[in-house]
Amino acid sequence: MSTSATRARTVRSGGLPLAVFEQGDPSAPTVLLVHGYPDTHAVWDDVAADLARDHHVVRYDVRGAGASGVPADRTGYRLEQLAADLFAVADAVSPDRPVHLVAHDWGSLQSWEAVTAPGAEHRLASYTTMSGPCLDHMGFWLRERLRRPTPRHLRQLLSQGAHSWYITAFHLPFLAPGVWRLGLARAWPRVLRDLEGVTPRADHPQPTLRRDAVRGIELYRANMRPALRHPRERPTEVPVQLITLTEDHYVGTYLSEGLERWVPRLTRRTLRATHWSALLEKGTTVAGLVREHVARTGAGADAAPAGTPDDGRLVVVTGGGSGIGRATALAFAAEGARVVVCDLDLDAARRTAELAALIGPPAHAYRVDVSDGAAVDAFAEQVAAEHGVPDVLVNNAGIGHSGTFLETTEKEWQRVLDVNLWGVIHGCRAFGTLMADRGEGGHIVNLSSAAAYLPSKALTAYATSKAAVFMLSDCLRAELAGHGIGVSTICPGLVNTNITRTSTFSATTADEQAAKQARAARLYARRGFPPEKVATAILTAVRTGRPVVPVTPEAKAARFLSRLAPGLLRLAARLNVT
Amino acid sequence: MPRTPAFPYTERDLARFRETQQLAYDCAEQVAAWIEPGVTERQATAQLRRRLVAAGVQDFFHVPFAWFGDRTAFRHFHTPLQFFAGNRRLQEGMPYVLDCAPVVDGYTADIGYGGKVGENRVWDRLAADLRVYRELILAEVRARKPLAEVYAAVDAQIEAHGYDNRHRVYPGRVIGHQVTRTTARGPAGVNVLGFGVRTIQTLGRELISERMQGRSPLWADGRSSRHAPTPGLWAVEPHIGFREVGIKFEELLVVTEDDAYWLDDDLPHVRRWADADADADADAETAVATTSAPEGAAR
Repeated sequence: MSTSATRARTVRSGGLPLAVFEQGDPSAPTVLLVHGYPDTHAVWDDVAADLARDHHVVRYDVRGAGASGVPADRTGYRLEQLAADLFAVADAVSPDRPVHLVAHDWGSLQSWEAVTAPGAEHRLASYTTMSGPCLDHMGFWLRERLRRPTPRHLRQLLSQGAHSWYITAFHLPFLAPGVWRLGLARAWPRVLRDLEGVTPRADHPQPTLRRDAVRGIELYRANMRPALRHPRERPTEVPVQLITLTEDHYVGTYLSEGLERWVPRLTRRTLRATHWSALLEKGTTVAGLVREHVARTGAGADAAPAGTPDDGRLVVVTGGGSGIGRATALAFAAEGARVVVCDLDLDAARRTAELAALIGPPAHAYRVDVSDGAAVDAFAEQVAAEHGVPDVLVNNAGIGHSGTFLETTEKEWQRVLDVNLWGVIHGCRAFGTLMADRGEGGHIVNLSSAAAYLPSKALTAYATSKAAVFMLSDCLRAELAGHGIGVSTICPGLVNTNITRTSTFSATTADEQAAKQARAARLYARRGFPPEKVATAILTAVRTGRPVVPVTPEAKAARFLSRLAPGLLRLAARLNVT
Repeated sequence: MPRTPAFPYTERDLARFRETQQLAYDCAEQVAAWIEPGVTERQATAQLRRRLVAAGVQDFFHVPFAWFGDRTAFRHFHTPLQFFAGNRRLQEGMPYVLDCAPVVDGYTADIGYGGKVGENRVWDRLAADLRVYRELILAEVRARKPLAEVYAAVDAQIEAHGYDNRHRVYPGRVIGHQVTRTTARGPAGVNVLGFGVRTIQTLGRELISERMQGRSPLWADGRSSRHAPTPGLWAVEPHIGFREVGIKFEELLVVTEDDAYWLDDDLPHVRRWADADADADADAETAVATTSAPEGAAR
């Protein structure tokens, strides 16, 4: 049977007819798509077409929109009514099995109402939400921030207030309906194109836009004030996948801060898209995320033991057997990411995987020499085959080397560049290709160093390799931006790890080298900057997409000086420090 | 200056030390059996003290301590006052550590007991790995390595395990300290900043006399511990942590002029490892035919 054919039917709920559209094999898992304001089911066209290949896809026009009935007055738009509609459709199309819910914008708000209803976990197998918080959660979010007005909280309140201007406008009489009627509906394709990055197309927006938009204003008027003023405690047992759209002009990313309080089984994903381009430009990517979440929650197959988080991300860390690599792998695991670590020292990598599995989902360890391009390619293939395409790659493996230029031998140069530069190149190439091909974006973190912008005659080879990584990351960032893959350069200063103990020194005997290693290790230990703090900086960089992140005060100061007075640093490079 | 005998204790003395240590662990186990979610650290130390006094303890080397939750790993410790028991309540899944140092007839024990209520996988792992440190310390001391080097070897092991050194939070970063028979005359049962008045007298005297021989009764990683293990009794307390969970043991190590051994092997943590071994053996016998885990997979 053809999966693309759409079958229309009508479901009655609360005295109104709802226009329901079905696609795909009815025996496959049912996915129910709920649209927002001022859309109709048509906004899901791309997502539905992709999902219909292996799912039973159901969409409907929310009351007041498209081909569905129109409530007589404002009370007909209350969230309870909308949630009842949702359950009525679910019961009609999948009476025996729970459905997987996917929602956007106002669809998301009303779906939250359904998801947080007591016992919802029996009817809803999972929920994927975009750009629409639960109004009750939002009420608590506001309350908490008003009660503790720290500078950060105030900034969030102001920012969200600025993004929510239209909600206030929608509460004023005559204004919003008038604007829609007098031209906004006609201008809507241009608004989508210019502000939302959506390519104009013939079948969108829907011909009923003007009517839908004017009626839909009642959604705001009926629900915003009561829910925000008197929020109810609404936890849920339903597994929720939150897709944060990083370019969303209406819903701030920090609105979901602390959502774990209400949703213990929460998976966080991010997608570089605007409010509407997520569905109208990146429909297949969204469909892919939904497919993955449905597969993960459908068979009751939660790989991680109860109590440990699982956010569905896959993270690869090179050099994960110790130091910053290990700390980063563990920090990702604690957030619920599945971690794959590789290291030259397989036992150390295994130990990291073991610890990661204690605090997060199962983790895996491999022995890889990052300076060997063929080995890294094989590793990437193996990871893709066994665990999937990673969402985050951390190119951390590196070695230290100290020595002036004239002392450093060709062999030493080769070793430093092989690991520190070629290791990063191989990693970026092998995994970057996988990420770009998959098309769901991702993030690459490259460990550079404060030495990348802090010249020193004692660290010639090391600083050169790290400066190359710095520029490599800058170029790569430009290239991968189109694929939604972020690139962050991390520049740590002195961090207490075993890089000092494995560093080599030019023109020294074995004994002198051991003494210098011990001295460097003591210096770094006295400095006492823990690798865990670098790991925290890396996680933040991945979350925010920050391009260059100096870590440790000395690295920040050096970065500042390198821009303010580079000549000063060039002079300082002549000092004798080893 | 009269030369003190290199190893000052008789078999009888050692038996008395062993008895005191057994008594201390016994009381800690009683409190561990009594402890439950909702109990505060102060209530736990009060219980511990009451039971120790009931068992005939006259003085304390230091007051009893109890740490719950992330306090077992000394997270967010900024002042020494934070070592003292507080109002933290035990919750399901939390680790805890009890630490007490009773003195009976001048014979001192100093013990640390780690436990958990309910399920805690991280604690299980730490508790199993703690065994490595007991074996490592003994091997290094028997090799008569300088104490500072033993300390460094423990640090290296902690790093390989991926944990962090929590004994460095103790005053002086000590992993251990010497224990002698206290003969001081100060008032028993009175303490200053947590340490018994008699302890301070004895420890002060030791610090001076040992200093004169280029040694220290405190075992840390600094210059003053760059000497071979001093014959006598050492209370050794490796304390390791991983994230919010910390665990330690503390027991007496006997150091003679040419050898070393743990004063007693019949202690709760040692019995726990032996039980785990027995379980593992039994499991291995019943699961001979199972397939091995795939290469590269750590579970």
